[in-house]
Amino acid sequence: MRAQLPKFLFVLASFAALAVFPHVAGKFGVDLATKIMIFAVLALSLELLVGTTGLVCFGQAAFFGIGAYAAVLLSPSDGPASLATLLPLCVLLAAAYALVVGALSLRTKGVYFIMVTLAFAQMAYYVVHDTPLGGGTDGIYLMMKPALGDWLDLDKPLVMYRFTLLCLLATFVFLALLGRSKFGHALAGIRVNEQRMRATGFSTYPYKLAAFVVSGGIAGLAGFLFAVKDGFVNPEMMSWHISGEVLIIIILGGLGHLRGALIGAFAFALLQEFFRSEAIFGEFAKHWHLGLGLTIIASVALLPRGLVGIPGQLFGRKPGAHGGGALAQATPTKAGHA
Amino acid sequence: MDLTTFLIQCLNALQYGLLLFLVASGLTLIFGIMGVINLAHGSFYMIGAYMAFALAPLVAATVGGGFFTTLLFGLILAVALGYLLEWAFYSFLYTREHLQQVLMTYGLILVFEELRSLLVGDDVHGVQAPDFLSGSIPLGDMMVYPVYRLFISGVCLLLALGMYFVFAKTRLGMMIRAGSTNREMVQSLGIDIKFLYRVVFAAGVAIAVLAGMVAAPVSSVYPGMGGLVLIICFVVVVIGGIGSIRGALLASLLIGVVDTFGKVLVPQVAGVLVYVLMAVILLWKPDGLFKAG
Amino acid sequence: MHSAEVLLRGTGISRRWGGLTALDNVSIDVARGSVHAVIGTNGAGKSTLVNILSGELEASAGSVHLLGQDVSRWSQPRRARAGLGRSYQRNTIYPSFSVMENCRLAAQAMHQQPWAWWQSASSCVKSMQAAQDAAAQAGLKDCLDREAGLLSHGQKRQLEIAMCLATQPSVLLLDEPLAGMGAEETERMLELLTALKASHAMLLIEHDMDAVFRVADVITVLVNGQRIACGDPEAVRNSPEVRVAYLGDH
Repeated sequence: MRAQLPKFLFVLASFAALAVFPHVAGKFGVDLATKIMIFAVLALSLELLVGTTGLVCFGQAAFFGIGAYAAVLLSPSDGPASLATLLPLCVLLAAAYALVVGALSLRTKGVYFIMVTLAFAQMAYYVVHDTPLGGGTDGIYLMMKPALGDWLDLDKPLVMYRFTLLCLLATFVFLALLGRSKFGHALAGIRVNEQRMRATGFSTYPYKLAAFVVSGGIAGLAGFLFAVKDGFVNPEMMSWHISGEVLIIIILGGLGHLRGALIGAFAFALLQEFFRSEAIFGEFAKHWHLGLGLTIIASVALLPRGLVGIPGQLFGRKPGAHGGGALAQATPTKAGHA
Repeated sequence: MDLTTFLIQCLNALQYGLLLFLVASGLTLIFGIMGVINLAHGSFYMIGAYMAFALAPLVAATVGGGFFTTLLFGLILAVALGYLLEWAFYSFLYTREHLQQVLMTYGLILVFEELRSLLVGDDVHGVQAPDFLSGSIPLGDMMVYPVYRLFISGVCLLLALGMYFVFAKTRLGMMIRAGSTNREMVQSLGIDIKFLYRVVFAAGVAIAVLAGMVAAPVSSVYPGMGGLVLIICFVVVVIGGIGSIRGALLASLLIGVVDTFGKVLVPQVAGVLVYVLMAVILLWKPDGLFKAG
Repeated sequence: MHSAEVLLRGTGISRRWGGLTALDNVSIDVARGSVHAVIGTNGAGKSTLVNILSGELEASAGSVHLLGQDVSRWSQPRRARAGLGRSYQRNTIYPSFSVMENCRLAAQAMHQQPWAWWQSASSCVKSMQAAQDAAAQAGLKDCLDREAGLLSHGQKRQLEIAMCLATQPSVLLLDEPLAGMGAEETERMLELLTALKASHAMLLIEHDMDAVFRVADVITVLVNGQRIACGDPEAVRNSPEVRVAYLGDH
């Protein structure tokens, strides 16, 4: 319990800081922070799969995109949609695709799983890219943002910010509760040694599928928020580069920790802004992918436990709940288990 | 569809499938033998395509050579690149988990894309086939078929046969096959496994680069082409079975047929068909069609 | 042995891999209140047999009956929930969890309730109690809060057994529980196994012959996938086939 207190305080402080941030930041800051929080929700969804359950999914962009496209396509053109119906619907649709993808992908293991999830995401990408359903490469505009009665006007950036913060908080709390529940513990057991769980009496496939569906739904929520914030969606939201970015975010932040997703989202966004900054790099700034790529390589090589693990690395603390390198615990080792 | 059109599409499917096989075989080999999942493999294809564009004038200006000389130079550069990359980067990935490999090679993709952007820019380019291969041969009464496409198929077939020969008939091939199933034993036999890996990796890179160079005149040269090829290669490997060259060949040809005929018959959903194929095969055989070997 | 209730029965089990036969028509009965040891040289098929009995591997031929039911087509988790516990030769404990958590997680298999996402796992009284009982039975009452990875080797093997016991199985398949143990730890483990005998049907794979002859009521000898002897320890020890094929000249 004692070890939990600093983590709890950190999370509390983070949310408090986010709550007061709009009062000190300008329009650009609020806009950027909203975007980062949306990606934090997306990162949390992937953390459930990769960090908690040990399923390395490279196709999160699909569920993100479906949530977003659903928000636009299901909004009526003549008036605002009701938030109370549109939001759950988008989440459900994303979760439905996750059910299909998960049911098929979970039949594979290891590297196959990574490739298959990537391929299924690419399939969704082509549906919106090539068919008239998705409006093609131009994307589609959201005519009117969904509302809740008269008092929630998501057109106002400040309102959007607070609503996003609320969603982020709700997601965080939900996943924290899930993590300490029987379901969460079972997922953790599956991550460390699936065979042992089966030998004990857990049918692991339904657990993994359930985690996949929940993860997809949360990713859909992030997509919904993104579509509503900008009022615009295009196929690039489902690009595999988005899937890659989310993966990097949770590794960068620290796998196996919910706050790692938060830290990673902010760190990644700051890194992007840093490398893109013409003030620092001048003309070279348009080649910011180079700096980003090198940073990714370096951080994976040098920070095995991500940013969350830095205090431990610096002070040589005994490894905590996910000892010996989060990545080592989070993925099945190549040699398999005894 | 009449017979001639059908024949043309068959030839196109064959050409696309064989090209895909070349690139995918490198990917599946590198994974099957060294256990490394290499996201940057598509980048080698892209490098090859851009080399075809950028090297040709250089070669013409310095050595006065034409198409085949450019290919040769590209090949030499590719082998050197593969050798260097394995030594400097990939050799550190062998002991790491898949997730780390995925992320580090993803970072490498970004680095490659930007280096290409710095050296050659971001424009889309067309590459001309050499004059002596630019013609068409008649097919039946009404249609003609480009000679260059036949050339691509020919080159791929030749390389595929070469690979088969090396694997099945030479000592090196035997060592490679042994190394893929039992690393420690091969090492204890006194074979320098590090050198073996370097050779295999360099070969995989060279083949992918060559595929890119040869394919450049028929597919345009553009940023992001590496990523698209990579994902299709993943589908090939999933369908064919990791580490299986036979599987990669069958899967590539299957995808070639589905994709080519799909684009002609149902162009709206053609992009999705390949993945539907993958889903169907996964339902039936979650481990792919063949086992490694 | 004949009057005691047979809880696990394997009948005519065979397993072939392509041209290789790992098990050839092996039958085995495990009765309540007894320890049935399976011994044999390396590669004789012992682990394959246990894998088939537990459901991890499918047999090429033959059947498995658990508590009177034909479970040959049942998955491993289903058999485990029906009362078949299994421990592994190499530790499959969760090193970063505490001893208590290891046992609790195992106990959870019988009280799964995966939908209760708002409830903390440790609030389930039944699984907590089962976990504590299992840990106590295995002699780990005093180190419940210790990180499993920091236990001594002997304690880890005890934890391996405790995780088995947490689901309150009626049949125990124990794969080399004494592996890597020193004399004192072996003694403790044998006491544990003897204590468990009364209420369970136990199948034991072991290489330590002294331990086997001390604790086993029935011994099956496997050589090259075939059962060459089955009977009480004295009979097996004196059997000429066994002496030649396995025990050597004693």
